[in-house]
Amino acid sequence: MSLFFQSLLGATEGAVAQSILWSIMTLGVYITFKVLDFPDLTVDGSFATGGAVSAVLVTQGVDPLLSLLIALLAGMACGYVTGFLHTRLEIPGILAGILTMIALYSVNIRIMGQSNTSLLGVSTIFTVLSGMFAGMSMNLLTILVGSVFAAAVILLLYWFFGTEIGCAVRATCNNEYMVRALGVNTNYTKILGLVLSNGLVALSGALVAQNQGYGDVQMGTGTIMVGLASVIIGEVLMGSRFSFAYKLISAVVGSVIYRVIIAIVLQMGLQSTDLKLLTAAMVAVALAIPVVRKRMLKKAPEEEQEDAE
Amino acid sequence: MIQLSHVYKTFNANTINEKKALVNVNLTIESGDFITVIGGNGAGKSTMLNLIAGVFPCDGGQILLDGEDLTRQPEYRRAKLLGRVFQDPMMGTASEMGIEENLAMAYRRGRRRSLRWGIRQEERALYREKLKTLELGLEDRLSSKVGLLSGGQRQALTLLMATLQKPRLLLLDEHTAALDPKTARKVLELTDEIVERDRLTTMMVTHNMRDAIRLGNRLIMMHEGRIILDIMGEEKKKLEVKDLLEMFEKASGSEMDNDRMLLS
Repeated sequence: MSLFFQSLLGATEGAVAQSILWSIMTLGVYITFKVLDFPDLTVDGSFATGGAVSAVLVTQGVDPLLSLLIALLAGMACGYVTGFLHTRLEIPGILAGILTMIALYSVNIRIMGQSNTSLLGVSTIFTVLSGMFAGMSMNLLTILVGSVFAAAVILLLYWFFGTEIGCAVRATCNNEYMVRALGVNTNYTKILGLVLSNGLVALSGALVAQNQGYGDVQMGTGTIMVGLASVIIGEVLMGSRFSFAYKLISAVVGSVIYRVIIAIVLQMGLQSTDLKLLTAAMVAVALAIPVVRKRMLKKAPEEEQEDAE
Repeated sequence: MIQLSHVYKTFNANTINEKKALVNVNLTIESGDFITVIGGNGAGKSTMLNLIAGVFPCDGGQILLDGEDLTRQPEYRRAKLLGRVFQDPMMGTASEMGIEENLAMAYRRGRRRSLRWGIRQEERALYREKLKTLELGLEDRLSSKVGLLSGGQRQALTLLMATLQKPRLLLLDEHTAALDPKTARKVLELTDEIVERDRLTTMMVTHNMRDAIRLGNRLIMMHEGRIILDIMGEEKKKLEVKDLLEMFEKASGSEMDNDRMLLS
C-alpha cells in the first residue's frame, strides 16, 4: 500500500510539472471557449505546430527562448486561418477549426520533414537551466519555468482584456449586434481572439516539446478535450463568480487537477489509451450537469403544484 | 441631411417567401428633424432603419449623409454617425458586462480603439452625471452587470449609450414596444428630453399613433414598403388619430387592419 502511495507521489509530481506547461494551452482554450464562446478545434493542430516549430528551430541551433516566440507567432497564424475561414468565408466555427486542424497535420510534417523531431543532445531551455542550477530536479525546474510563463500570460491577458480593444473582444461574444452598432468590426475581434488563443496554445506546445525532448505530429491530438476538461474542472472547483484574473487562475488550477486525476487513475491500473475516453466522459458530464440541473429545477415546481391539488 | 433615393429591398428574392420590404423609397431628412414613423406590420419601417444603419445592404438606390455615400459602407463604419436603440432591450447592451463598461464602449463609438485601458477614471464622473439624469439610481451601481437590470432600465441605458457621443442621426426602432405602459412612458419622456436637449436628428418607429402625433415635428406613414404619407410642421400639430386613420384609408386604398395600432 505504501508503495502505491510512493509511486503515486512520484507520478503526481511529474504530473504537476507537466500540467503547468499545459496550463498555458488551457488559458488559450479559455479565451475561445469562455470569452468568445467558440469551441475552437484548431488547437489540436496548433499545439503540435508549436512543438514542431520549436523543435526544428532548436535542432537548427536557434536560441530555445527565441524558438518559443516564433512558435507563438506560428500558432497565431493558425488562429488567423481559422478566423478567416469563419468570419470572411462564413464557415461554421467548429468546421472552420476542424479544417485548419486537419490541414495542420500535413503542415506540421512539412515543418519537421518527418513525423517527429528528437531533441536528444540538443540544448533546450530546460537543459540550459538544469546546467545553471545543478542541484534542482527536472520536475521542480519544469514547475518553476511553467509558473513563470503561466504568470506572465495571466498578467498579459488580464491587461489585454481590460483595454479598449480587449473590452470589444469580450463584448463580441456577449452581444455582437451591440458591438457592431458601437462601431466595432466583429470579424476583426473574433479573429483577434482566435489569434491570441492559438498563439498561447502553440507556445504551450513548444514548451512541452522542449520539456519532453521531442516534437511529434501526434502530440496535439486530444488537446481540445484536455483544455475543455481543465477549464471546466477549474470552474467547478473554484466557482465562476469572481474577477477575470481569478477565472484565469482557475483555468491553471484546473489544468493541474486534471493531470493529477489522470496520474491517479493511471496508478489505479487504467491504461494510458483509456485516457481519451475518460477525458471525453469528464467533459460530457461537466457540460451536462447544468442542463440536467435546470431540467430538475423546472420539474420541481410542477410536482409542488400537483401536491397542492 | 440624410437622403434616401430610390431605395429598394427585397427579402428572399425569387423564392416563394419573396417579400418586397421597400419599394422605391425617397426621403430627405433635414438636420434637426424628429420624425415619427408609423405603419402596420411588414410596412417596411424597421427595414428602412436597418438599411440606414447598414445591417443589410440595399438592393438598389443610394443613402447619403451630408454628402457622404453610406450605401456600401459596412455597419460598423457607419456606426460613428448613428445612435441606435432597438425594440429588444437585450439587443442594445452587453448583459455580462458592467454598466460602466457598456458606457465606456459606447463612449468610444466612432473612435479608434487602442490598447489603452478600457475605462479611464475621469470618465466615471461623466457616466455618473449622465446616469443621474435618468433618475433610476443607476449612478450608484456603475460596476453592476447590465444583466441584473430590468428591461426599462436597460432601454434607458441604451438610449444614454446611443447619445453619449452625439450621433448625426438617432434611430429608435420601437424602443418602447417591449416595455410595460408605465415604463414605456418614462423611456419616451426621456427620449423627448434628450432629443430636445441635444437637438438630435431623430427617426422613431412607433406603433402608438398618439405618440407619433404628440412627438416630433414630422410624421411618416408607411405601407407595403412605400412612404404613403409625410406630414410636417403646422399641419402635423393639428393631426388627430382619426385623421391619420382616414388618411391611411385614402392613401392605401384599404382599411387599417392593425389592432395594435388602433387600440393603442
